[in-house]
Amino acid sequence: MSSTEAAGNVKTVIGGSKSRTSALLMLLHMRTFVALILVFVFFAIAAPNFLSAGNMLIISKHVALNALLAIGMTFVIIAGGIDLSVGSIVGLCAMVAGYLVLYGIDLGFLGVAYSLQFNTIEICLIVLVVGIFIGSINGFLITKLNVAPFIATLGTLYVARGAALLFSEGRTFPNLAGNPEYGSDTFRVIGSGTFFGLPVSVWIMVVVALIAAYLATRTPLGRHIYAVGGNERGAALSGVRVDRVKMLVYMFSGLCAALVGLIISSQLQASHPATGETFELNAIAAAVLGGTSMSGGRGRIGGTIVGAFVIGILADGLIMMGVSSFWQTVIKGLVIIAAVVVDQVQQKLQARVVLQQNAD
Amino acid sequence: MSDTVDADAHPIGLKIRNGSKIYPGTQALKNVDFDLRMGAVNVLVGENGAGKSTLMKVIAGVEQLNGGTIELDGQEIVFADKSEAARHGVGIVFQELNLFPNLTVAENIFVGHEKTRGGIHIDRAAQTTAARALMKRLEQNIDPGTPLGNLRIGQQQIVEIAKALAENARILILDEPTSALSAAEVEVLFRVIKDLKQQGVGIVYISHRLEELIRIGDYITVLRDGAITGSRSMQGVDIPWIVANMIGSASKEFPKTVAHDLGQEVFRVEEICLPSPAGGYAVDHMSLAVREGEIVGLYGLMGAGRSELLECIMAQHPNSSGRMFISGQAVREKSVAGRIRRGLALIPEDRKRDGLIQIMSIRENLTMSSLLDFTRGFHLSLKAEAAKAAEFVKRMAIKIASLEHPVSSLSGGNQQKVVIGKALMTKPKILLMDEPSRGIDIGAKAEIFRTMRHLAADGLGILFVTSDLEEVLALSDRILVMANGRLTGQFPAGANAADVVSAATPNLNRIEAQ
Repeated sequence: MSSTEAAGNVKTVIGGSKSRTSALLMLLHMRTFVALILVFVFFAIAAPNFLSAGNMLIISKHVALNALLAIGMTFVIIAGGIDLSVGSIVGLCAMVAGYLVLYGIDLGFLGVAYSLQFNTIEICLIVLVVGIFIGSINGFLITKLNVAPFIATLGTLYVARGAALLFSEGRTFPNLAGNPEYGSDTFRVIGSGTFFGLPVSVWIMVVVALIAAYLATRTPLGRHIYAVGGNERGAALSGVRVDRVKMLVYMFSGLCAALVGLIISSQLQASHPATGETFELNAIAAAVLGGTSMSGGRGRIGGTIVGAFVIGILADGLIMMGVSSFWQTVIKGLVIIAAVVVDQVQQKLQARVVLQQNAD
Repeated sequence: MSDTVDADAHPIGLKIRNGSKIYPGTQALKNVDFDLRMGAVNVLVGENGAGKSTLMKVIAGVEQLNGGTIELDGQEIVFADKSEAARHGVGIVFQELNLFPNLTVAENIFVGHEKTRGGIHIDRAAQTTAARALMKRLEQNIDPGTPLGNLRIGQQQIVEIAKALAENARILILDEPTSALSAAEVEVLFRVIKDLKQQGVGIVYISHRLEELIRIGDYITVLRDGAITGSRSMQGVDIPWIVANMIGSASKEFPKTVAHDLGQEVFRVEEICLPSPAGGYAVDHMSLAVREGEIVGLYGLMGAGRSELLECIMAQHPNSSGRMFISGQAVREKSVAGRIRRGLALIPEDRKRDGLIQIMSIRENLTMSSLLDFTRGFHLSLKAEAAKAAEFVKRMAIKIASLEHPVSSLSGGNQQKVVIGKALMTKPKILLMDEPSRGIDIGAKAEIFRTMRHLAADGLGILFVTSDLEEVLALSDRILVMANGRLTGQFPAGANAADVVSAATPNLNRIEAQ
């Protein structure tokens, strides 16, 4: 086919069904949401008890954890990076939280026979600082020492996991009930408390998501994150402080992971050093499913939250239907691949529509 | 070298008659008659966009003529693609290197036509031997096993030439082969060219360095706006003749300089130095000043250090040194953001790579450097931002369907206007423009030039870099010329073109003396 013929065909395709194209585009644009409705309706019909309030609460608690990690991951990916270390940060932060609740900080190494004890708020702050600190190490390696994000965060994945194991020599910290004397008996509220009928962990997710969405769309920092991922050199020449932006996204990702570490140790009232293994992959999956482009510059917090819900509902729904865990894994993989394929189709279509509008 | 040119000694190997090439929107070649003589150096010269590269692409089979004929050895022929041209003995060395830094020299030379045993197994030994022989012929001490990325740019250029030679080219096209070579490497190249000539190879040589052309050319063809304006043997040709044919008498539709008074000195740089990775300085103790409302044109050939100078000013080279003053105040900011705040703005040469963020919208690109203007505390007012973006779209006359479309959907000229709009939104005092008319059509060019004039009339100081002679002559209030990283000439508006060219090629006197 000659090129003129091809051009003619394209024209008829566009010209002949302009309204259909834009309707299709609209549908594709909302694809994650459509997927969410589809899985929801499917399980509502196929799985008994799926719609019960108790089940909804359980699912939302599961989703909150992955969504929190995925929010941090979304910023990192939009800025053109990747953070493989979040699962390990979850583990390490859970261990730090458990240690602080159980033992506090023993000042014996200073020669003082006294141990510092902390209340719940203090414990939370310390744990969050630990998460941000590991994120800043990632950022430092990537911006100042020019280590590729994949490698830098792969390194911290192992280091943080190792540190978590060293903390307790591989053992679990049990019975994190806390001590009313020190004001740490409220620690369990983070994971098992409720507020207006919703679990506290879900509220945390909602608040973080709202802040993140605001950050992404309504602040210069958010715009700069997109710019760095879209064209780092171009952003730098426009006066964007690229290194600072990258540093901040990894620190934010570390913060999100620390929150998850706190929630899990509080929920279980115990912390285990293997907590959070492979969580990073679920977070990446949620971000990608929500329309975040792995090549950077594109993605939305809202999309990521919906993506996390799709993954969470799919996982819990399949369990309720009694589908084997092997099949669950296969289905999850297929859904992710389908999401990316649809994303490609949408982008092609979108570019074509814009070209046509310009021509008109 | 070419004291006596005997037309019979140089038979015509390839002949183009009435050749036309039309691209959407422009006619790149207009009824061109071109004779390529064997055993001689056929020099091709013209301004950027004159059609030299198109003509060469036609000969090398990369592009096909829309009208007219090509004859090879008296027989009409059509090259469907580059490999067919290569089979007929036409080799081309492109200006941009088409090499693989991760492969060895030998692998690069034979990429695409590997020496094999049985069509599967690469005969490494044979390739290495052949590559070594080629390197010897080119007088280079380069081991064929070296990864290409380890070589200097000049050596890489030699490898590119070796690649063409390896295919036994009878016709060899060299597009700006010396732009990245050192003086010694140029000498080697010229010896190789002489050798090839004696073996009967027909060489087409494109360069902006006029002194080189006069030195090694046997025949010269001058192109302007897609038409041939002069074609003769090199005997008696001098630079004024070439320049006269290159730019003609009738000037293009550039806006005439509107007289307005120049203000105070707004920008000055002193002793800017940038060490070059190849040794020496890429920018060698450059000093210059720009006044309010003045357009200073910085002319020079590729590799003269012009872009590097602008990059130094815009804080892109941590290794550079020197002093900078804006309205008499020293600039000490080390970051791009800091310098933008002080009133500097850069329009980069490579729009795609440096100027725009392609996947973002027109609005987001326009406001990228001035987001803080729309921010209170943390809060970015999208409304104020969109209003400002719309204002600049109108002011710059950017043709768009919607502010929210990706900037990549625009034409080159409109994209350039977005880049300029982004720079202007920061309210600069000095605008640095690196090849502002690169890759945009004539109409958009004229608009950009008009915009530059208006901005200058409003008191903005503009320092623009170009390798287009006509542009620098028509647009500048003052012309500076750079060569080898140094300032080699300074001319008022309306300077003589030949003088400007001579200043850009300071080696001329040395070579003529030989």
